[in-house]
Amino acid sequence: MSVSSGQKYPGGPGAEPPVRQVSQALLQVEGLSLAFGGTAILRDVSLSLPQGEILALTGESGSGKSMTALAAIGLLPERAETSGRLLLSGRDLMTLPERDLCALRGREVGMVFQEPMTALNPVQRIGDQVMETILIHKAMSRDAARARAAEVMARVGLDPERIPPTRYPHELSGGQRQRVGIAMAIALRPKLLIADEPTTALDVTTQAQILDLLTGLVRDEGMGLLMITHDIAVVAGMADRIAVMNAGRIVEQGPTAQVLAEQRHPYTRQLFEASRHQAPLAPVTPGETQLSVQQAVRDYPLPRRHPLAPRRMFRAVKGVSFDIRRGERVGLVGESGCGKSTLSRAILGLEPLQAGMITLDGKPILSHGRPDPEIRRRVQVVFQDPYGSFNPRHSVGRIIAEPFHLLPDPPKGAARQAAIAGALTAVGLKPEHAGAPIHAFSGGQRQRIAIARALIIEPELVIFDEAVSALDVRVRAQILDLVAELSRRRGLSYLFVSHDLSVVRSITDRVLVMREGEIVERGDTSDVFDNPRHWYTKTLMEAAPRLRAPETGGEDDAGGEPL
Amino acid sequence: MLGYALKRLTSLAVSLLVASLVIFLVVEVAPGDPASYMLGMNAQPDTVAALRTELGLDLPKWQRYLAWLGGMLTGDFGTSYTYRTPVAEMVAERITVSLPLALYALGLSTLIALPAGIYAAARRGKAGDAGVIGATQLGIAIPNFWFAMLLVLLFALKLRWFSAGGFPGWEQPLLALKSLTLPAVALALPQAAILARVMRSSLIDILSEDFIRTARAKGLSRRQALWRHGLRNALIPVLTILGLQFSFLLAGAIIIEQVFFLPGLGRLIFQSITQRDLIVVESVVMLLVFAVIAVNFLTDMAYAIADPRLRHAR
Repeated sequence: MSVSSGQKYPGGPGAEPPVRQVSQALLQVEGLSLAFGGTAILRDVSLSLPQGEILALTGESGSGKSMTALAAIGLLPERAETSGRLLLSGRDLMTLPERDLCALRGREVGMVFQEPMTALNPVQRIGDQVMETILIHKAMSRDAARARAAEVMARVGLDPERIPPTRYPHELSGGQRQRVGIAMAIALRPKLLIADEPTTALDVTTQAQILDLLTGLVRDEGMGLLMITHDIAVVAGMADRIAVMNAGRIVEQGPTAQVLAEQRHPYTRQLFEASRHQAPLAPVTPGETQLSVQQAVRDYPLPRRHPLAPRRMFRAVKGVSFDIRRGERVGLVGESGCGKSTLSRAILGLEPLQAGMITLDGKPILSHGRPDPEIRRRVQVVFQDPYGSFNPRHSVGRIIAEPFHLLPDPPKGAARQAAIAGALTAVGLKPEHAGAPIHAFSGGQRQRIAIARALIIEPELVIFDEAVSALDVRVRAQILDLVAELSRRRGLSYLFVSHDLSVVRSITDRVLVMREGEIVERGDTSDVFDNPRHWYTKTLMEAAPRLRAPETGGEDDAGGEPL
Repeated sequence: MLGYALKRLTSLAVSLLVASLVIFLVVEVAPGDPASYMLGMNAQPDTVAALRTELGLDLPKWQRYLAWLGGMLTGDFGTSYTYRTPVAEMVAERITVSLPLALYALGLSTLIALPAGIYAAARRGKAGDAGVIGATQLGIAIPNFWFAMLLVLLFALKLRWFSAGGFPGWEQPLLALKSLTLPAVALALPQAAILARVMRSSLIDILSEDFIRTARAKGLSRRQALWRHGLRNALIPVLTILGLQFSFLLAGAIIIEQVFFLPGLGRLIFQSITQRDLIVVESVVMLLVFAVIAVNFLTDMAYAIADPRLRHAR
């Protein structure tokens, strides 16, 4: 699909059309193909980004969107075999020698990466890192560069009083580090800014601020922004144009409103549906109280200031109480560092409590500081990272059978095989998968395996700790359906811990909102989401990216689909 | 930073105290009475007893420990049983050989290893890298005393550029340095081989980090990104190995000192053990322990300079 470059500005929500000086496309990709050792990564990709506009490139992991971004800044791996053209202001980056690419990177193209925690040099002051962009291009004198760095850091919202340029990256939060990353990328006012999943690793409220900042930069400075994201909802409100990528091809592109409304390609439709997916949650009548958390307190010791100083404590969980009744599906939401992971670890008996108690069916989870195996095996957990939470040397069958060690009399031989086959079938995999090594499975399949592992000893309560946060939208929708189905078939109760409000909304009956170690709001999920009462819940709801239904896909943001 | 240094210093002092106790006890339980050894097989029991009293060997153990400890704190390491000269003097004389030798070897090893490691990492997978890997393999495999003998055969006996052994003293600094050269090379090469490998793999790890990609996106060339962002981060594991190597070079040069007839600490301790000169053994071992712990302290400080994250942590 080819796109004309002089596209009429389609209008973003509440934004003024920018003053347009140049009508020629800033970035023009023409028939770009890329392969590694004969394996095609990009196939005939064509894109166009006029100056002063935002182009969102969206698709699932492995679709080739990050490779496209790296091509646009001339940072493709050396062994990449390429064909086609990639024109930046008329110059073809595919044929430029490395020396010219170095002169261009940072000066004409800036890039912001996904992981703010690792994207900065840990042993260099942030001000020096921002200054380096200017100095490496010999664009200014040292003093002028320092002044420009201060100016640009203020522009991205780093208050010099609170975050002076002499700080090191480890002294900053994730959102602050991402601001430093943006400051480095825009220090020389490049014409093109590329942002590769710039907010994926951030909390919703921080995400909203960073997206605002990026949009503001484009409008104020007239840059073109190529925004890479797997989440259409993130860019729906800010992008002028959207391009949807699948298996190395652009399957659909056009003005945002049009793509959202028409969804001509079936893949686009699937992505949209998955992003807005509501799992079919069957209504349940909760039984008696199963899990009871009473005034739970968890303190962590902080490092001493000097060897003789008194130990200081950080209270991660501040006297939290709640119950889960049999068959109930409860959500726990909050931003990183709010204590939700500590709380779920305490329920699993992995963290001692300094005060309060956690009981399952009236019996304490921890007795004399150790988890009671009798109680412990009734609670299982599914973690976030489908790649990191398995021993890579073990077969699927062995991984799934791990919880058997909690049983006094674990099944052996045929009974064991039958249990493994049953667990695999329950999560939509096949019994013959038991013999395969774990690396043969995709992220979504691994998360199914993690669920099978949790289910094999038939627990009464499962904790899903950010269990779908790392998955692509289509896979996420399938896993949520699976969870809903397991709840219906097995009467499973679960605690669904997530920072993602839309996921929690679709999969729980009740929700707890946690902030700084306390539960600030609780209630039926639909009540809390429709009528949040606590200011913090309201902030979370407002910050969450939302995707409007295609029928209403229009110019204004008002009356959007509820989360 | 000050709190960090203070904390390290406290642990340094505690380690030294524990080490002194362990050394004292180990030497005490070792068989062999220095007095009877000094007087020979046919000595009269009352002569031996008199000598024991004179040496202070008949005092209770804890008194002798405290006396030894107190003496060391004031610079008095006691008097050698065998030579009847102050231990401090003997050690001082030997350390003017051992310390320069260790530093010389460490300097050589660093000068060879870091450039080699950086060169290999920058050309990862290419011929230069393979060459460095092959050379380090050889360097690790060859025992240093054998290598020392090869050096003597070639440079001293055949080419006659260096003397085969001995030490002329520091009155003629250039000559002294020259006589330390072959032993230093023999000591340095295996160490350099290890250090080069650590430097290479550490730098390769760092070069795949996200912040190197960020640096490239700012417009740094591959080489600039390596020097400005890679090197300092990659130095942290290298510092660890460097600290360990210095301790080894100071204490572990016994064989090399034997090969080159150097009057160093290694030979002193060897002789003292065979002569049951316990007070010398204790003092020299304590000195080496002190050197090792002090070097560890310096390594910790170097970490904190290289990595700002450590200055704030515990």
